[in-house]
Order: sequence, then structure tokens, then C-alpha cells
Amino acid sequence: MLSYLLATLTFAGVYALLALGLNVIWGMAGMINLGLAGFFALGAYASALATVALGLPILLGLLIAIAVAALSGGLLSRLTLNLRGDYLAIVTLGFGEVIRLIAANEIWLTNGSDGIPGIPGPFRGALTPLQFNALSCALLLLAVALAWLMTERLRRSPYGRALRAIRDDETAAAVAGKPVRLYKVQAFAIGAGLLGLAGAAYAHFTSCVAPDIFRPLLTIYIFLALTAGGTGNTSGAVLGAFLVIVILEGSRFIEPMLHGMTGAQGAALREIIIGTALIVVMRIRPEGLLAERPPKPVSAP
Amino acid sequence: MDLLPQLLVNGIISGTLLAIPAIGFTAIFAVLRFPNFSVASHATIGAFAGYAANVWLGLPAAPALIAAFLVAALVGLVSDEVALKPLRPYGALTAAIASIALTIVLENMVRFGFGNDLRGYDLPLVRDWRIAGVRVGPQQVQNFALALGIMAAVFAALKFTRIGKAMRAVADNPTLAELKGIDPVWVGRLTVFMAMGLVGAGGMLLGLGTSIDPLTGFRFILPIFAAAVVGGLGSIPGAALGAMVVGVGEELSILVLSPSYKSAVGFIAIILVLAFRPRGLLGERAY
Repeated sequence: MLSYLLATLTFAGVYALLALGLNVIWGMAGMINLGLAGFFALGAYASALATVALGLPILLGLLIAIAVAALSGGLLSRLTLNLRGDYLAIVTLGFGEVIRLIAANEIWLTNGSDGIPGIPGPFRGALTPLQFNALSCALLLLAVALAWLMTERLRRSPYGRALRAIRDDETAAAVAGKPVRLYKVQAFAIGAGLLGLAGAAYAHFTSCVAPDIFRPLLTIYIFLALTAGGTGNTSGAVLGAFLVIVILEGSRFIEPMLHGMTGAQGAALREIIIGTALIVVMRIRPEGLLAERPPKPVSAP
Repeated sequence: MDLLPQLLVNGIISGTLLAIPAIGFTAIFAVLRFPNFSVASHATIGAFAGYAANVWLGLPAAPALIAAFLVAALVGLVSDEVALKPLRPYGALTAAIASIALTIVLENMVRFGFGNDLRGYDLPLVRDWRIAGVRVGPQQVQNFALALGIMAAVFAALKFTRIGKAMRAVADNPTLAELKGIDPVWVGRLTVFMAMGLVGAGGMLLGLGTSIDPLTGFRFILPIFAAAVVGGLGSIPGAALGAMVVGVGEELSILVLSPSYKSAVGFIAIILVLAFRPRGLLGERAY
């Protein structure tokens, strides 16, 4: 039971990292990213390959994961910079699908649908499974704390203020002399880097990555986390991630109580609940549990 | 044997089928100004409604296609009223996110009812025709003809009917259209009904060639988006042209890429068009 709780808390940490990454992209800069699962997968595979195939240390794997995800995020956002946000929505969604295709088909690189097993975790050999779960949980919560601190500083900095200005009115921000294009690409890359880090952390914790894990559903989970927690609010992103894990894990316990349902029906029901929850939250409380509070008081809109 | 003519024929047929849902997607974008990703689930719903009419009621493919259209159109209208319309004032991107959530909900409702099994339509088995070394199935030809008929009806409706003219007016300039007494809310509803109906019919047409499961619609979203973006997002003739480019491109890609990357061709097409001709081949004007 303790081991289960620790593992769940670790997953919550992974989700929190994803929500923090999305918060930079969508919450602060107002850019859409519907390919979260793609960046997550990119990070997971990059770090897995770096450590398994090249034998690099885990820390270096994490850095490579961040770099690869950030770079591809920067390129994708650069591509649609002159167009309305709708195009970025389509491109990122397509990106997520293509990454999954590559992961499933480039068998020489990714081992196809079997996935890459045996990804090293920190001190996995020297610890009992329970101790390993405790250590991973602690490390992930530490990573979340770090990511929280850094994105919160980002939000309070003049750079964060400029991002908010770009989000709210791009033309006005450009007139005020802000380098709108550069900042947008940078913000997307920073957020994508966090998404990649989340993927790498996931890979080292579960020791196996396979294309199945990166379904577009993940994107909805994280959007729900961020929207429920409070778009643009760093603490809200973390809170929302934990909330989504509670809903997901909680529904596992309710499922056996509903008799006569097949496994597929149970899974379908859970996804129906998550999707409905996102629409309902957007409708009745679009600002989320913790509304965004700009660091300096501004007059009400 | 020469592969090229066969691939071209296959590509033109699949491009024509793809044009039907792509027109639906781009029409919603033209009138309501947001990318409605729930086309994925509506294509699935159409495919399953057609399956129910075909296998359970024993109807042939063409009447089953009407069932696919109507069911998807109704689900599209109701789900839009309930879930998406109230969120549109918050902006196109908010509505786009909600439409992904909606797709997950609807797709899983299909999964809840039908399970994950692959299902095949009940079609008469006929021998393929061979014309000048090119193989085509009579069913393929029928699907192609049906898709062409639907497309002709769409273009005629847009050109000649009051509703079609009203849709084009709203797509072109909503404020001016409203001044002229066109109710944008009703035009929006009609657009969603017709567009999701097309997407449903398209889902069935694309499913007729293979077997269907709850993910059928999702598998086609990349080519559908690609068709719309390549032709110019919001342009209905553009979607038809874009679908042709993507359909033929997917088939020709077999010459250089492994067949499992067929659906990635759409993504490559999107990237190329955005890099070199961002407004698409025909620009963004609706018609």
C-alpha cells in the first residue's frame, strides 16, 4: 500500500511537471500545445536511448531530453509564428501523432511497440523496490519544487510580464517594443523543455517506455489539471495535477463497485468523466481553483 | 508491372473520399472561426451509425450512408450546443481545447457501447476489375461516385440555396451578414449540422474500405487537417483540392517511405505548406 501511494505520488509529480510546462506555454504566453504527449514521448525516448544505448549517466540523459524537447518545441512554434494560433493547434496535434508513429515504427531505434525496457533508475540495483519508490518520489517532488520555483520566478520577472502582455494583446506588446516573436519561441521552448523533463523522469521511474503510453489522452489530462488548478497560476498547475491524479486513481476504486462492466467499458467511462470534467470546469470556473494573480496590482479588466 | 498508374488511381479515389470530412472541418472553421477537433469522434460515430444500418438493418452501403450523415449531424449539433458553443466567446483556442475533450467523451461513448473490436461492413464480395493493368474494386468505384455526388451537392447548395449563400456571407464578414438580417446563430447551427453530417458520411466512406473501431476517426484526423491546411484553412474548394493532394501524396509516398508512415504524409504536407505558402493553395476565402 505504501509502495502504491509512493508510486502514485511520483506519477502526480510527473503530471505536475507537465502542467508546469504547459503553464509556461499556454498559461503565461497564451500559445496552444495539443501535442503534449509528443514532447513527453520525445523526452522519455531521448533519455532512455541516451542511458540504455549510449550508456550515459541519468543526469546527462535528463539534460538531453530537455534539450531535444525544447529544440523541437522552438522549431514548431517558429514555423507558425506568423499565423493565427489555430495553426499551432493543428501542427502540435499532428506532431504528437507523428512522434507516436515514429516510436511505433522505427524498430531499430525504439524497439517498436515492444518499447525500450531496462532503463536505469537512480540506485535501482542497490535498493529494495519500496526504497526505490521512496527515492523516486522524493527526487520527483524535488524536481517539481525546482520547476515551480523557476517558473514562478519567470512569471514574476519582467520577462514574465512581457509574456502576459503578448498573451493579452500581441500588437500592443509589439508597439511597446517587446520582441514578441523571439519571446514566443523562447516561451514555447522553455515549456517544451519541462515537458521533455517530465517524460525522462517518467522513463527512469518506470524503467520502460512504449508508444502506447503517449496517447493524446495525456494532453487532455494535463489541460484539465491546468484549467482546474488555474491557468497562469504556478501553484494552481501543481494543485491541478494532484487533483487529476486523485480523480484518475479514485475512479479505479469505484470501478469494481459497478457490476457487469467489462474492462474496456470501465476505461471508457473513466475517459468520459475526464473529458466531461474539462468541459464543465472550462464552463463554470474558467479561472480555475487558484485564479491567476498578476504579481503587481493592475486595474480590473 | 508499372506501379505508378495504380497508385495514382488509388490516390485519386482516397483523396475524393477524404475531401468529404475535410470539407466539413474547413466549413466549421470558415463560419465559426475555430478548429473543431471533434471531427475525429464524429467520423467514428458516422462509421458506426453506417455499420448499424448496414449490418443490423441490412441496408446497402448507399442508404446506410444517409444514416451515417444524419446520426453524426444530430450528435454534432447537440454536442456543439451543449459543450462548445458556450465556450466560443472565450476564444478560438479555448473552443479548440474543449473540442478535443469532446472528442474523447464521444469516442469513449462509442467504445462503451461497441467495445474495442474491429468490425467490418457487410458488403457483397465482388471480383476487382482490371482496366489497363490497374485494379479497382466495384465498391471503390461506388464509394468514389458517392463522394463525388456528395461534393457536387455541397457545391450546388453553397452556390444556389439561400442557406448556402447565408453561410458564405457569415464566413466572409459576420458583422455585415448580421446587418443584412442573417442570424449568425442559426447559420452556425446549420453549418455544424451539415458539416458534422459530412464528417460522419466521410468517416463511413473511409471505413468501408477497411474495418472500423472507436479509433477510426482519430486515425484520419492528420490527413483531414492536412487537406484543410494545404487547401487553405476555411476554403471549401481548397479542402477538396487539398484532399486530392494529400490522397495522391499518401499513395505515392509508398514509393519512398514504409507504408506505416502513410498518415505522416499529411503532417509533412502541413509543414511544407506552412513553410512556403502559409495561406494554403487557394487562400482562406470560404468559397
